[in-house]
Amino acid sequence: MDRVAPPLRHPGLNLADDPRDTRRRFESDVFGFWIFLMSDAVLFALLFAIYGTMLRGTAGAPGPADVFKIGPAFIETLLLLTSSTTFGMASIALKRDAGAGALVGWLIVTLGLGLAFLGMEAHDFVTMAAAGATPERSGFLSAFFVLVGMHGLHVTIGSIWLCVMLLQLATIGRDRGVKLNLLRLGLFWHFLDVIWIAIFSVVYLQGLIR
Amino acid sequence: MNGPDIWHILLGNLGWGALPFVRAWRDPSVSELIGAAAGSVVVIGAVAVLALLTWAKAWRYLWTEWATSLDHKKIGIMYIALAGVMLTRALIEAVLIRTQQATAINAPGLVEPGHFAQLFTTHGSIMIFFMAMPFLTGLINYVVPLQIGARDMAFPYLNSVGLWLTVGGAALMMVSLVIGAFSTGGWSGYPPYTELAFNPGVGPDYWIWAVTLSSVGSTTAGINIACTIYKMRAPGMGWMRMPMFCWTSLCTAIMMIFAMPPLTVATLLLAADRYAGMHFFTNGHGGDMMNYVNLFWLFGHPEVYILILPAFGVYSEVVSAFSSKELYGYTSLVIATAAIAVLSFTVWLHHFFTMGQSADVNAAFGIATMAIGVPTGVKIYDWIWTMFRGRVRLTPPMLLSIAFMVTFTLGGFTGIILATPPLDYVLHNTLFLVAHFHNMLIGGLLYGLIAGYMYWFPKAFGFRLNERWGRISVVCWVAGFYLAFMPLYVLGAAGMARRTQEVFDPAFRPWLLIALCGAATLFAGLISLFVQLYVSIRDRHANRVPVGDPWDARGLEWSVAAPPPEWNFASIPHVGRLDAFYWRKRNEGAYHPADHYHDIELPKESACGVIIGVAAAACGFGLVWHIWWMAALSLFVIFVTTIARSFMRDVTKIIPAETVEAFDREWLAQARAAHPVPRQLEQSEINEGLAEWIA
Repeated sequence: MDRVAPPLRHPGLNLADDPRDTRRRFESDVFGFWIFLMSDAVLFALLFAIYGTMLRGTAGAPGPADVFKIGPAFIETLLLLTSSTTFGMASIALKRDAGAGALVGWLIVTLGLGLAFLGMEAHDFVTMAAAGATPERSGFLSAFFVLVGMHGLHVTIGSIWLCVMLLQLATIGRDRGVKLNLLRLGLFWHFLDVIWIAIFSVVYLQGLIR
Repeated sequence: MNGPDIWHILLGNLGWGALPFVRAWRDPSVSELIGAAAGSVVVIGAVAVLALLTWAKAWRYLWTEWATSLDHKKIGIMYIALAGVMLTRALIEAVLIRTQQATAINAPGLVEPGHFAQLFTTHGSIMIFFMAMPFLTGLINYVVPLQIGARDMAFPYLNSVGLWLTVGGAALMMVSLVIGAFSTGGWSGYPPYTELAFNPGVGPDYWIWAVTLSSVGSTTAGINIACTIYKMRAPGMGWMRMPMFCWTSLCTAIMMIFAMPPLTVATLLLAADRYAGMHFFTNGHGGDMMNYVNLFWLFGHPEVYILILPAFGVYSEVVSAFSSKELYGYTSLVIATAAIAVLSFTVWLHHFFTMGQSADVNAAFGIATMAIGVPTGVKIYDWIWTMFRGRVRLTPPMLLSIAFMVTFTLGGFTGIILATPPLDYVLHNTLFLVAHFHNMLIGGLLYGLIAGYMYWFPKAFGFRLNERWGRISVVCWVAGFYLAFMPLYVLGAAGMARRTQEVFDPAFRPWLLIALCGAATLFAGLISLFVQLYVSIRDRHANRVPVGDPWDARGLEWSVAAPPPEWNFASIPHVGRLDAFYWRKRNEGAYHPADHYHDIELPKESACGVIIGVAAAACGFGLVWHIWWMAALSLFVIFVTTIARSFMRDVTKIIPAETVEAFDREWLAQARAAHPVPRQLEQSEINEGLAEWIA
């Protein structure tokens, strides 16, 4: 039997049996989220640009070399990268339509890693504040806290979203809406990983050089 | 805890002095009385509307049919209604500004400096964020799904959220008239003047939160429009078969997606400075106000093309329809639109040539700015060629389009002058600049929006607008513009600074008086628009166009009944060429029943958008007055509503095939019974919306 065109499929979704209209709908729903992520990427790009221009605006307050601790930042990087992998495992479980256990399990591991990341980041911030590096001290510190804090805020929202999805998996099950939102959450989560890699390189590694 | 503390927790910084009535009582100067009068108009207007709605028992109707609706057509109409209200307020402010300058020649004039600064700040902020943006978003919302053969936008619920966020921002603008005072920092809100050190009051906070809501709303609108055009086109509607308005809407949407985040970042970082004591744009402590200026114009310049491109789309549709010709140079118009969209991101620096970059940088941006004139010129020629040897009917939208071509070209010339950095050093911050951008925004954008409103009105409501009052209005808008702004070119070249509360050179007096007459004429234009609407509603039975094609026009939006049914198309059309409906009328006939009628799934009404919009406005109000519980509670409500919505599964409704078929057959019967109207008679009462097809 010949296939004229490969069936329209998205990773993590099993929609081949759905009517054409439903598949088109799905495609558009996911595409919209990609566009949102582009707009979110612009937001981060601008915050990076502001951070870059404010590196020297330390105004006598602690500068990059004084306050950044590469050790915790590296562990945070590992946590977040691992959480992206575990979310990938969850996506595969969803795609293969494996038992609900695997999907929920991987999602819970992802959530745990996300929360660990947030905890460490909060600890970093508190340590910095205790050393006198608070955002109202200088333009540089303002830019640092807003850039890294904005990423942290995104991870927080992602974690809440993960909790909501776990609740929906328990109460609603894997229906169209839940699958769609898991796919979008996956995109969001990986996107935050990409942003973090940029933060680790531009903020922390660059801070080490100075 | 003692008394005052509790009051401070409950009401934040609110006090009696926040009310303009109290301020006018304490200090009954003309300036304060004008403020109190404006506040009273808002209060009395709000009370009158509430009373009228209660008296007419219209609450349930408004709530179920309009506020909670996810129908793109109703959302579009609500956007435009909001724009109408805000246009009225901002135009009254414009008349006040002109009156002030015309009377304050070596005299204090009507309003004191702080009040005058609020006037030009609110005028600008409203015209851009709460008049132009909602107006064009409304037009796009209404027209694009119909033009591409879709039943709704890609994200109907997000559409409702965007609308109500914009309404929330507009509500904050209105509240600032009654409680407290608005910013005095201009529509661009430059720090460090808008920082706490120089502006400890609530004004800049009102500006920050109103603009932030509008900006977030526009981002969602951009995502929605782009996704709709990318993914929801009818079968066969390839890129080069889309009506021109869809192309300009798509480019505008893409620009919204990329250009709105800089504005959001700018306002939020300014808020970080003001609320958390940070130092992004402050003097000292490593702050750098140039970052704000760059962020703001990184939004602000694409913004002017976000505004103008949909108007270009309207002119393309109007000129083609009322010349009875295919749009000349469709491909070149598409390329020009896309080129403008890309170039618009490369010129933002021309808004601050004088702020310290090197001459080389200025030269690069000056050249880029002039380059944008090229695709715009291509468009003007295309429209002229479209009219050439066409059967041009001088209807009000067509008159506006012609006035636009002349006016906009003039404005383009003065734009080239301002794009030359050495000249800009002389002219920046004068009335010459004010005249230039009003030349572009009135002669380009506003004419287009009004033309679009008049052109598509019969489609949306099923009856034509009164042409006589339409013409009167057009004359006022055109004459008013030239009277009001040509003198400002003269004054600007003579060195009169913009935003001047008192004038010290008596030689300026005649020009300022002419400009005042112009402002009054523009106001008359607005009044005649309202009269036109009233007269048209009164005479609607004589002017019905139920068949839906009153102008012998070309796009798919004219191929359905007027007003269109909630589901737009009984069956999704297949598109074989550009201007498919026009071709179908003349070849295979456009009024046939569908082969099969199916059940149609449509989004169900939802209150979530309204709740989010109201909560966002309340959150903004709480933040302005430091009423922290209100801000926190509102944020919580937004959060819970968003999550609750994601749990809802019963979000669509089914229109049964029988309903669709019954409606469609009744409409087709009307089309068969209607008398085809020749073009020269389409402005008379025999027009029932069925065009006579002359090949």
